[in-house]
Amino acid sequence: MEERTRFPARGRPGQDHGGPRRGGPPWWWAPGHDWHGAGADPGLDEPVGPGQSWIDRWDARRSGTGRFRRGPKGSGPIRRSMDHPMLGGVAEGISARTGIDVTLIRIAFVLTALGAFGAAAYVLAWLLIPVSGENTGIASKALADRRGLALAAGLGSLLVVVLATASALGASWVGTLATPLVITAVGMVLVVRNATGPEQDRIRQLTDALASLTESHERSRIVLRVLVGAVLLGGGITLILLAGHSAGELLQPLGGALLVLAALVVVLGPWWLRIARDLLVERQARVRAEERADMAARVHDSVLQTLALIQRRSGDPQQVIQLARAQERELRSWLFDGRAPGSMDELGMTFAGGVRLIEQEVESRHGVPVDAVIVGDCELDDDLRALLAAGREATVNAVKWSGADVVSIFAEVEADEVSLYVRDRGKGFDPAVVPGDRQGLAESIRGRMARRGGAAVIRSAPGEGTEVSLTMPRVAGKREPGPA
Amino acid sequence: MTSPGLAGPRAGGGRPRVIIVDDHGLFRSGVRSELGDDVEVVGEAAEVTPAVKLIGELLPDVVLLDVHLPGGGGQAVAAAVRAEFPQVRCLALSASDAPEDVIAVIRAGARGYVTKTISGPELVDAIRRIAAGDSVFSPRLAGFVLDAFAAQAPAAGGEVAPAADPELDQLTPREREVLRLIARGYTYKEIARELYISIKTVETHVSSVLRKLQLSTRHQLTRWANERRLA
Repeated sequence: MEERTRFPARGRPGQDHGGPRRGGPPWWWAPGHDWHGAGADPGLDEPVGPGQSWIDRWDARRSGTGRFRRGPKGSGPIRRSMDHPMLGGVAEGISARTGIDVTLIRIAFVLTALGAFGAAAYVLAWLLIPVSGENTGIASKALADRRGLALAAGLGSLLVVVLATASALGASWVGTLATPLVITAVGMVLVVRNATGPEQDRIRQLTDALASLTESHERSRIVLRVLVGAVLLGGGITLILLAGHSAGELLQPLGGALLVLAALVVVLGPWWLRIARDLLVERQARVRAEERADMAARVHDSVLQTLALIQRRSGDPQQVIQLARAQERELRSWLFDGRAPGSMDELGMTFAGGVRLIEQEVESRHGVPVDAVIVGDCELDDDLRALLAAGREATVNAVKWSGADVVSIFAEVEADEVSLYVRDRGKGFDPAVVPGDRQGLAESIRGRMARRGGAAVIRSAPGEGTEVSLTMPRVAGKREPGPA
Repeated sequence: MTSPGLAGPRAGGGRPRVIIVDDHGLFRSGVRSELGDDVEVVGEAAEVTPAVKLIGELLPDVVLLDVHLPGGGGQAVAAAVRAEFPQVRCLALSASDAPEDVIAVIRAGARGYVTKTISGPELVDAIRRIAAGDSVFSPRLAGFVLDAFAAQAPAAGGEVAPAADPELDQLTPREREVLRLIARGYTYKEIARELYISIKTVETHVSSVLRKLQLSTRHQLTRWANERRLA
């Protein structure tokens, strides 16, 4: 038989859409079930492929248009444009707002960046100016990001402790480094957490490129990395030392610290990344292992136990059949209906679930197979609970007294009433001459139904078995769950 | 599952020739031994394509068809048989409770459905009925069919597109009654007595339900299956 593990996964992509349907949404449409992932990841909406770097985009832009041009002036608040950004889209945003060509603005930024001012201004603008289409910049989002702030505070305090310890141990130069380093680290955490989807992708791309440096064990790569790190470190330390002479300037130590940090990231970052990735992989593996263990436990509790029991009782066919049937039912309800074995709880149970519960319980308790055929389903209410109780009584009765080797239940939920039939092909009896000890049972079934406005009819004849028909009218206004 | 609706002896001329199509060798040999000498098992197949080929060569009276087969399911075999060898009749057999699969095989052309837990004599009886041109509705199949047609009850009349043949879209009250009695575990004979009709009339009603099930082009039936699949 074809292997079928149908866990209650909601929908499968590529599934047949069924027949045509006029008007309205298609059959698979349901509010809240967003299969197409619209709104799931804003990064998907970017017209940029994942493998495309900003260099490609830059080239694409350059080849298309003239070198310098003055475009139309935009209106409204200034927004960073993420159409063809080189870094953060600041220059392009300004260009769109002022009409000055983007290349000119970029050149201005690069020139001023030589004196550290341009870079700082660019970073500030990147943090404060929202991406087009949004109303909040990274900075204001970061301020509202409570978890990010907590994380940053934690990281910051940790760094402060480490640096304080270092300077206490005599490395006095650490003191000059401390403040900018802490600020930078904390800032990076907040920025990464609050950048927009595509920007996070970009950051990830950059870090992945760094990670690939460590993945390969080519000597040239490692030499290159150490070289870059050394240059950055040297530059940073020089800037810090220079700052010592002109203590008034704040930007220089900041830039120096940034360079030192960059050096650390270049040299050690890939290693950190690898550790983080290993942790992630390990966690996924653990989740999978837990799932497998859970599955194994369930299979053990149900299937394996039953198989063991069957082997031990192979001399008693009746018992073997009963065990196999109970197991089959449980497995089926797990695979097809998504109910965990043994989890037939009152909570959220429907009428059909109640009938299945009767089927299962009576069968396992009395050792006579019970077959239920159920049509339709609805929520349980007190009337239907009474119907189920009466049906259970009738089933137990049939199992105990009829001597039949199988009892069938048929339950049907209709718009105006719910009916339940319990049928056996046992010895039957003459309803006119009911034995005294069975009077009570019949009464308990009839009485239960009558008190709730339902009806019970018991039909039987000696040698022809018995059928108990129970009907309960449904309260007006109640409808079946789901589309009729 | 036992299907009292199938019990009761029935005069069948000769031994029906049967092919068993199931991908479980153990199950095939089990069925073969259970059927014993009452039917003649002329062949076995485990997959869709070899099965269709074998059926074409041997032209049996009845194909015992597993619902779940590698290579397209019992559905594919039933459809091919209906198209190429209409004189061969299929009886679907399954261990699965998934109604949409069962209905799909019936709609593809199978003339009945029983579960694999059916007893040997009941299975023999079902095969004889199928060979004689009747359809075999076990209580469970009757339940599935009632469910499928109840799902398209005219309550939501507004959005229902007019079908080519409205006759096919609804079960008559009588057919519903017959199906309900089958689902309650009545034999055809008992149904006949209950409704004051002949056994032949019961069989006619059941065949008519089968025809509606197979021919109805209503998309609701597909939709019902799809909704079940999603539930």
